[in-house]
Amino acid sequence: MTPVQAVIAKELRGYFVSPIVYVVGAVFLLIFGLLSYLYVGFAGAQAIQLMQMQGGVAQINLNDLVFRNLFASVRIVLLIILPILTMRLFAEERKLRTFEFLLTSPIRITDIIIGKFVSVLLIYLGLLGFTVLVPTVLMLFSDFDWNPIWTGYLGMVLLGALFLSVGVFASALTENQIVAAFVSFGMLLTIWLIAGLGSLFGDTTAGHIISYVSYMEHYDHLVRGLIDTSDLVYFGSGLVLMLFLTHRVVESTRWK
Amino acid sequence: MIDVHNITKRYGHHTAIDHVTFSVAKGEVLAFLGPNGAGKTTTMRILTCFMPATEGHARVAGFDCTDQPLEVKRQIGYLPETPPVYQELTVTEYLTFVGRLRGMTGQNLTAGLDQAIGKLELGSVRHRLIGNLSRGYRQRVGLAQALLHDPPVLILDEPTVGLDPKQIIEIRELIKSLAGSHSVILSTHILPEATAVCQRVVIINKGRIVAEDTPEQLSARLRQSEKVSITLKTVPPDCDMKLRAIPGILNVLPGQAGGSFLLECELGRDLRDEIARLVVSSNWGLLELRTISMTLEDVFLQLTRHEDHLAEPTEAMVGASAERTDA
Repeated sequence: MTPVQAVIAKELRGYFVSPIVYVVGAVFLLIFGLLSYLYVGFAGAQAIQLMQMQGGVAQINLNDLVFRNLFASVRIVLLIILPILTMRLFAEERKLRTFEFLLTSPIRITDIIIGKFVSVLLIYLGLLGFTVLVPTVLMLFSDFDWNPIWTGYLGMVLLGALFLSVGVFASALTENQIVAAFVSFGMLLTIWLIAGLGSLFGDTTAGHIISYVSYMEHYDHLVRGLIDTSDLVYFGSGLVLMLFLTHRVVESTRWK
Repeated sequence: MIDVHNITKRYGHHTAIDHVTFSVAKGEVLAFLGPNGAGKTTTMRILTCFMPATEGHARVAGFDCTDQPLEVKRQIGYLPETPPVYQELTVTEYLTFVGRLRGMTGQNLTAGLDQAIGKLELGSVRHRLIGNLSRGYRQRVGLAQALLHDPPVLILDEPTVGLDPKQIIEIRELIKSLAGSHSVILSTHILPEATAVCQRVVIINKGRIVAEDTPEQLSARLRQSEKVSITLKTVPPDCDMKLRAIPGILNVLPGQAGGSFLLECELGRDLRDEIARLVVSSNWGLLELRTISMTLEDVFLQLTRHEDHLAEPTEAMVGASAERTDA
């Protein structure tokens, strides 16, 4: 087992002995299930309406009516719960004075950060894994296109990874977990709202640049079934940038 | 093995350590003594590559702390002030994690783990969560962590804090047994610990090294005079004067208890015989007569409190020394 794997194993263990994962997981899956139920319900109601108006069996598009709405709503849920998953990663080490131990162990700071990030990403992927149950069950009763679902999941993975990297960064800033959660929540909400700022500028270069900074547009493309390299580059570079900033913050504590 | 050359650490305008130079030979145990805020922890943090020095350089086992931090960290077992334990792990899980961080695997790891657990007598708690252990056990887990990979250099920041007297003695024995094969730096407030465990003592105050020697040499070097304590049954008003009249007596100070005096005599002269004769012939009633040696504690107090007046031992210091010898 390499040092990075040791960090991942230790963090995973830390997550599962604390109630955080269970609470966050339960809330996330509950809300995901509830949202799915609501959107399927709406789709059903709409189908009945269509049948009454047109007669015969109405063809409704589950991709549009259920999944696109579901994936769009999940953003808000992720925005709120992912900072709670990441808040402990560095803040707790500082609080319990194990930070000094980590930094005096023969392991690079990069490895520590990667280990911690990967561990929380694995937790998140595990949670997402449970949600695949929703399209699987719907598949039994209806017919829809799986491709936008896969890209939607790709979007959720990338968006979640970006959110987690922001959370890791925020956690490295402070020894108070609540502050860490709040800072990452604030940062994510700000980046979200930047999209609105971009649309104020309309179809200008400035507007495009500002909109590009926000994750909204990029996530939207994936939810609609579009895989665009620029979106992948956006998520990849955002994630690397946040982890790089985390490295700088951790490194800087040595100089304080 | 450890070579610290002229290191200085500044935090803004505050200088935590100021041109500190010392070295530790292979197999030597060195005590770092100093009041709170003297710069002990800062020095240790620089040696363990937790923070870089503002000036100067430090080398551990031939590796530079600034340029080759990973190599330095591999050579060191470090116990910080607060034992760096994860409360949600059991003792075995924690030590396994520590071993893996240091690149230990398989047989190597299991052997190191068993050895560390055995040395620190953690066998009975090895499957318990660290969060449920007492302060003393956590401290021992912290020490086990430092010893796990059998590093050539050990840096221990107050290793016996939080332990009960029996455990303190055991840990001191353990540290003594490491001498010879390991180079150890330990910081402590507890002066007898330094005398008991270490071959050499570095006294640091306000970021500067004020003395460096063996515990015995330090007390010898700083002793300005021989001291004799006497206790009399009756104290006539002229006894002070008569005592001063004995050739070789430099000073007579009142002691802590009534009827007791502290006599400072010329260095190298034993005046007990003359003093006893005077007291007996004057019929003052001699209750007690003994010489007082300077403990490391006195040296420490003198160096850290009265740096500027090394030549003049103060009454407070003499009083403290008399008190201690009484005990």
